[in-house]
Amino acid sequence: MAANKDNFKEVIELLRRMWLIRAFEEKVSSLYAERQIVGLLHLGIGQEAVAVGALSLLRNDDYVYGGHRSHGHAIAKGADMNKLMAEIAGRATGYCGGKGGSMHIVAKECGFMTATGVVGGTIPLALGAAFASKERKKGQLAVVFFGDGAGQAGPFHESLNIASLWRLPVVFICENNGYAEFTPLSAHTKIERLAQHAKTYGIPASTVDGNDLFAVRDAMTKAVASCRAGKGPVFIECLTHRMRGHYEGDPAKYRELSQLAEWKKKDPIARVARALKSKKAFTDAQLEAIEMEARALADKATEFSLASPWPSEFDVDSQVYAVT
Amino acid sequence: MPEQTYLDAIRAGLEEELRRDPSVYIFGEDVALGGPFGVTKGLAETFGINRLVNTPISEATVMGITIGAATAGLRPIVEIMFIDFITLAMDQLINHAAKLHYMSGGQLRIPLTVRVQCGISGAMGAHHSQSLESWLAHVPGLKVVMPANPADAKGLLKSAIRDDNPVVFVEHRGLYWSKGEVSANETVVPIGKAIVMRRGEQITIVALSSMVGPALAAANDLKAEGIAAEVIDPRTISPLDIETIASSVKKTSRMIVVHEAVEQGGIGAEIVARVQQEAFYHLDSPIVRVAAPFAPVPASPSLEENFVPSKSKIIDAVRRTVYRRES
Repeated sequence: MAANKDNFKEVIELLRRMWLIRAFEEKVSSLYAERQIVGLLHLGIGQEAVAVGALSLLRNDDYVYGGHRSHGHAIAKGADMNKLMAEIAGRATGYCGGKGGSMHIVAKECGFMTATGVVGGTIPLALGAAFASKERKKGQLAVVFFGDGAGQAGPFHESLNIASLWRLPVVFICENNGYAEFTPLSAHTKIERLAQHAKTYGIPASTVDGNDLFAVRDAMTKAVASCRAGKGPVFIECLTHRMRGHYEGDPAKYRELSQLAEWKKKDPIARVARALKSKKAFTDAQLEAIEMEARALADKATEFSLASPWPSEFDVDSQVYAVT
Repeated sequence: MPEQTYLDAIRAGLEEELRRDPSVYIFGEDVALGGPFGVTKGLAETFGINRLVNTPISEATVMGITIGAATAGLRPIVEIMFIDFITLAMDQLINHAAKLHYMSGGQLRIPLTVRVQCGISGAMGAHHSQSLESWLAHVPGLKVVMPANPADAKGLLKSAIRDDNPVVFVEHRGLYWSKGEVSANETVVPIGKAIVMRRGEQITIVALSSMVGPALAAANDLKAEGIAAEVIDPRTISPLDIETIASSVKKTSRMIVVHEAVEQGGIGAEIVARVQQEAFYHLDSPIVRVAAPFAPVPASPSLEENFVPSKSKIIDAVRRTVYRRES
């Protein structure tokens, strides 16, 4: 995919979604700095092309599972920013009534099934949803996001094996941002490309520039078609970089400043904007308006959240069990 | 009523639920082949290998798959061949199955049944004989049932499958070939309800799973020496039916608790704590626990015999409680 006059409208929409994620997460970061939001926050600033490139091709009834860095995945699947921000802020109006928080977002109404605080923990869950999809025969599929750190966990390998064996309609999306918490991937494994593991298990796999929206979308277009056609799982490794630390407050001293500067040049949002401008279809002012609209929505989500009530003390042990 | 073995009653329960509800699926190692004890024997022939899903030996992932399938609308049953291997699946069971309803603010439901078999039978050693149920009862969001006879096995299994929460259904391997009356009609035993197996006025014996049989035998012997023991089987350990137990203790003023798991940190400790809270002023003597020693399960049959609580150990504990003298 490349920006051209036939798809400007579509590309603008994708850019708009990337800006929604960026504006939302920058707002979360500043609210954390002001102590208006507390907790353990993992931001995906810099990784927006993966979420938007992958999820813009899905149906509402497709299932998406995230990891601990998944605000962007939820937004890209269509989650409401007010309810998402309120959840991160621990308010009663959040998606989970304040019981989930940043790492355990669930927005079932749009098919964002769950994030998780356990690295790689949702990979098997996605297989389960894919199994249910396959049995139901309505062409649904499941997508799961995880980082390079998950590639060394046992269930990652067990899941690749079973997804391949049972030909499950699941797309594995590895956001290889180079660091598992504070440690570079090279210190955790001799395997340079995690896509190699998928190939070992007989799963079609590719490694793409995860900061290139069009490259991610192209890979995902093929993956979705393959899953919907009943051909089994696909693995996409997206090379990317998180511009923030592992969590908010992490000074990230393990990373060279030159490395950060290098990745900044590859900012996925700026790249799409440059592609549109090079076609002379859009002015700076038009592109800036997209950013401003996203920032206004993030502000609105903040106002909604901070004006929302805290959960009731009686909710501390409600919903432990579902009423059958 | 016709007699059936515990194992056949479980199979009948599975078969009826597979037939009743097309969203019920069974996952596990060798389940399409009947499994090592034949619990699922013949089910694949009737319901097909799509619904009797043989899995690789990947407990952690298989547990997660069934949780994901439950979030996506199925009503899965996963068989963990021995409870000892549930350790491998604990991350998914504890961090996802038990918590997703709560963490999602009620958006997700996990109608999952985890079938495991536990306990000492046949000198299988420390990796095929444990009783780990008290770990599971410590986790909010899980229900834990431990049937002691064929009728309860079938009735509780049906409740577990129909429940919208994750239920760990703990079978005891030593009970598989024991027989009991099972109604041919549809019978569902509610989760969270204890049952009084024998009435008595002088002491309450709370016994779980494989220990219910020895407790009833002990009560029978004790009658000859004039001790009338009431025997209660909690059947479910989470949520615990403390009312039935406490009201019995208010009548008898004495209690012992019997389980096959090691004593320290066992579910007996929870039962004792709750009973003293509910019935402290009715108690005439300290509550005694009869349980396994604080050791791994040994392999040698002679050591194993010493390890398991028995009828004679239960009788000793009752005598100590009933004839207690201040020294």
